[in-house]
Amino acid sequence: MAFFLETLFGGLMAGMLYSLVALGFVLIFKASGVFNFAQGAMVLVAALAMARFSEWFPMWFGFENMFLANLLAFAAATVFMFLLAWLIERLVLRHLVNQEGVTLLMATLGITYFIDGFGQTIFGSDIYKIDVGMPKEPIFVLDSIFEGGVLVNQEDVVAAVIAALLVAALSLFFQKTATGRALRAVADDHQAAQSIGIPLNRIWVIVWCVAGITALVAGIIWGSKLGVQFSLTTVALRALPVIILGGLTSVPGAIIGGLIIGVGEKLSEVYLGPLVGGGIEIWFAYMLALVFLLFRPQGLFGEKIIDRV
Amino acid sequence: MKIRHLALAASVAVAGLASALVPAVAQAQAKEQFFPVLVYRTGAYAPNGVPWANGFVDYIKLTNARGGINGVKISFEECETGYATDRGVECYERLKGKNGGATMFQPLSTGITFALTEKAPADKIPLITSGYGRSESQDGGVFKWNFPIAGTYWVAGDIIVQDIAKKEGGMDKLKGKHIALVYHDSPFGKEAIPIMQERAAMLGYKLTLLPVTHPGVEQKSTWLQIRRDRPDYVVNWGWGVMNSTLVKEAQATGYPREKIYGVWWAGAEPDVKDIGEGAKGYNAITMQHGAEPNAAFVKEILAKVHDKGQGTGPKDEVGSVLYVRGAMSAMFAVEGVRRAQERFGKGKVMTGEQVRWGLENLDLTQAKLDSLGFKGVMRPVSTSCQDHMGANWGRIHTWDGKKWNFTSDWYQADEQIIKPMVKAAADKYAAEKKINRRTPQDCQS
Amino acid sequence: MFYRENGQFKTSYRADQQIFPITQDRIAILAIVAFAAVGVPLLVDEYLYRAILIPFLILSLAALGVNILVGYCGQISLGSGAFMAVGAYMAYNTYIRVDGMPLIVALLSGGFFATLVGMVFGIPSLRVKGLYLAVATLAAQFFCDWAFLRVGWFTNNNASGSVSVSDLTVLGWTINTPMDKYLFCLGFLVVFGLLAKNLVRSAIGREWMAIRDMDVAAAVIGIRPMYAKLSAFAVSSFIVGVAGALWGFIHLGSWEPAAFSIDRSFQLLFMVIIGGMGSIMGSFFGAGFIVVLPIFLNQVLPAVGELFGVTISTATVSHAEYMVFGSLIVWFLIVEPHGLAKLWSVGKQKLRLWPFPH
Repeated sequence: MAFFLETLFGGLMAGMLYSLVALGFVLIFKASGVFNFAQGAMVLVAALAMARFSEWFPMWFGFENMFLANLLAFAAATVFMFLLAWLIERLVLRHLVNQEGVTLLMATLGITYFIDGFGQTIFGSDIYKIDVGMPKEPIFVLDSIFEGGVLVNQEDVVAAVIAALLVAALSLFFQKTATGRALRAVADDHQAAQSIGIPLNRIWVIVWCVAGITALVAGIIWGSKLGVQFSLTTVALRALPVIILGGLTSVPGAIIGGLIIGVGEKLSEVYLGPLVGGGIEIWFAYMLALVFLLFRPQGLFGEKIIDRV
Repeated sequence: MKIRHLALAASVAVAGLASALVPAVAQAQAKEQFFPVLVYRTGAYAPNGVPWANGFVDYIKLTNARGGINGVKISFEECETGYATDRGVECYERLKGKNGGATMFQPLSTGITFALTEKAPADKIPLITSGYGRSESQDGGVFKWNFPIAGTYWVAGDIIVQDIAKKEGGMDKLKGKHIALVYHDSPFGKEAIPIMQERAAMLGYKLTLLPVTHPGVEQKSTWLQIRRDRPDYVVNWGWGVMNSTLVKEAQATGYPREKIYGVWWAGAEPDVKDIGEGAKGYNAITMQHGAEPNAAFVKEILAKVHDKGQGTGPKDEVGSVLYVRGAMSAMFAVEGVRRAQERFGKGKVMTGEQVRWGLENLDLTQAKLDSLGFKGVMRPVSTSCQDHMGANWGRIHTWDGKKWNFTSDWYQADEQIIKPMVKAAADKYAAEKKINRRTPQDCQS
Repeated sequence: MFYRENGQFKTSYRADQQIFPITQDRIAILAIVAFAAVGVPLLVDEYLYRAILIPFLILSLAALGVNILVGYCGQISLGSGAFMAVGAYMAYNTYIRVDGMPLIVALLSGGFFATLVGMVFGIPSLRVKGLYLAVATLAAQFFCDWAFLRVGWFTNNNASGSVSVSDLTVLGWTINTPMDKYLFCLGFLVVFGLLAKNLVRSAIGREWMAIRDMDVAAAVIGIRPMYAKLSAFAVSSFIVGVAGALWGFIHLGSWEPAAFSIDRSFQLLFMVIIGGMGSIMGSFFGAGFIVVLPIFLNQVLPAVGELFGVTISTATVSHAEYMVFGSLIVWFLIVEPHGLAKLWSVGKQKLRLWPFPH
């Protein structure tokens, strides 16, 4: 029983981490209808920026304080992601207005390749460290009920809390601020939004910036856990079942989808995996999402796709 | 699109096609021995591939600085494979005929090795796969062109089990113990399974197989299972990012790092450097050498290559584990050429076939190794027609939070166990490919 | 002036419905095929065969298959790598396990099994559309990745999971030189190209295009969506499976599941998009572009660097390749979203008027 709880917790935590990445996808799709395959690369390049700046700033400016270095690095990485977002909107999106979904998808794939190469050229391909002071040792809870206690990964708990805060902040942003309302208007109908005077281009830059910050937070958390290296881009592939399960246009969907996928993955790998030799969690997540899709083809919380003949 | 754009696009396309089709200008004459260098400096395995590549190239530069191989200088060209088999094959095709012909190939990837094992015999170019590749390619009677010099995966697995047994107090104490093998889900990782299973059958320990999908950043479920099963030891058969992730997950689940053993591709600085103290106690087997900052050849490289501004890569990397492995791999190639020259003409450029003979008749005595600067780093290596490996020694080193230290004596893999496995696997390969074992006359040629 | 159909009169329906109605087109195609079969072997060296021509032929076959599914039927599929893997491994098993199995039958059987798998993973398309379907097909990709690593039967219980084939013969003709391999692949490509071109001009092809354009309306006028979509998956997977078998047998010789990973799926999708969706010609253009580009960049970038006196490390060249590749994809999509095939047809239109301006 204790072990089942451990697996459950582990799954929930992993799921929160996936939803962090999925949030970026959902944000961009909601506001501009673009399925941003480059989100994984954005997470990587944001994490690389953070890791390298936190290494370089103490060297360049000659101070020792880790906290200050991290703060400055965060600021610098944010500026970097904003610049990237602006460039993407300027050079790519503006010219691809009104193209089909597949074309935009491929364009974001092209951006992925570009960001991969560019990020590694500037920042390097080694494994880099992000040290934001996350606790590394595990803690054991509930050891009065279960002998030995249930192992809880502290870093994951902190990550889950940060993810929850981020979602809360984003929800507030979308509901309460004027820009948030404008974003939702654009997500509903581009032409209608334009006709009432909302500047589409600026909105897209804002959306990609917000997605960039989400990517940065996700990158810092994943990078702190695993070290920052090229293979972080594969995390995006783990987040895709989350999106299609939760619905491409729903922020709460990303969270709930993440939790379901996380738990499903871990439970399947630990309990079903040994029966078939192990390694099943990746495709199990996709199969799980697929099963949900057969009942709700637009995801759990996604907008119903209405076809007009 | 306007006509102008169309014309421009067409001319660019034609230019591009033309440049890809025009063969590269042939080099003057083949007065230099050409070493192709297949590396991966990008991708998920780059952190480990880069120091190996730097060591390899630096040793080539050192050899040239020492005067070449009896006066013959080495020319080299790097080709990026990204650990992908098809890119490795493309690099092979591009470089095999260049500059007078490639001397040998060292793919640094088990996947690429499998693909090239089919092609190299037809092109008559030997493959050196020190410490990786097919474990059965040790059998030179079937694998005429493969040379896993100084170690194969089965040697590594066997020595790890020997050290675990020693820790437990003897081989008989392993009965009833539980060892988990966490392996990279690829031909490289799976090579560990036969030897670990063979030893489990012999010694009576329980073996659990836990595959980790490439690239290996997602190991939470693996470690949940380890938490549940609580094996006495964990053997890490990973490469690249999988290694540091493994040690981090071990730390996050509180598994004692002293009980983890890595294969020699999972025991280097990139794997544990950024974890630091958290990885203290992590053991790994070494392919004879470890981190050797004080070796003679390292000092020579620093003096003759790096101080002259010719160094590949940063100076503080020189002497690290994978750097030394790269240099050692280059050394085997150089010595193979030198040995070939002893038979086919000193001071002349050797063909692939001649180098193959040289690699098959390597006799690196301790004196010779010491003169090359490998004193205290390596034991003698001596290959033959039937044994393309030449040496089966290893040691265990442990991370103390800052560097690797040797924590065991020299072990030798148990040939009684490995030789029959190798022969059986080689025979199976020969039957599949319908090739016959080499005759004694062929061995003499 | 030359590319006109003046004076070409059709006197029967059969002649009118021919596959290349304009005589110049017919002559051009025959000339190209003849040049490919006879001229190319006289001109090229081994490296060109191995590195460019054979991959180009096999990948254009695969792109053809993917184009049928994505371009003609509108079902975005990211699982093509998996279908190639199924084709390769099942062809391997048929070849190894059945004594005396002819090579071509083995390759086609690989395609057959890929069809079955494709139809199974195509079932979600009956319920799910668009980007959701794209991600759902990734399930096929990852499942097959896992299956070929885990299930020993597929790899003949090889300890390492890597398989290899050798001694390929067809009716006494041994295929071992690069030229043999090239001609063998060319034969497959010509036959399948012809089949595909005729399929998309037929009733089933029109059904696919109707589903692509507006599937609800197509259902309203009586096209059965299940039949159309699953047949698209079936035909596409067959072609992709045969291409996968060729890739493993002829090009690689020895392979492991990582050869058919998700990167391969993306690469095929790139070929289709760049080449032009819904166009047979486009598959060839796209495949050519994607095959030649990395090699071209690999040769050109160090040369350009040397022109400026800068030695570029292989890592930087590799990164630069990625950057240029990505930018070129984006540039192409901006400049011509309908792909190279559209450029080609625009070119042909201009050729009809040449040398007159209008």
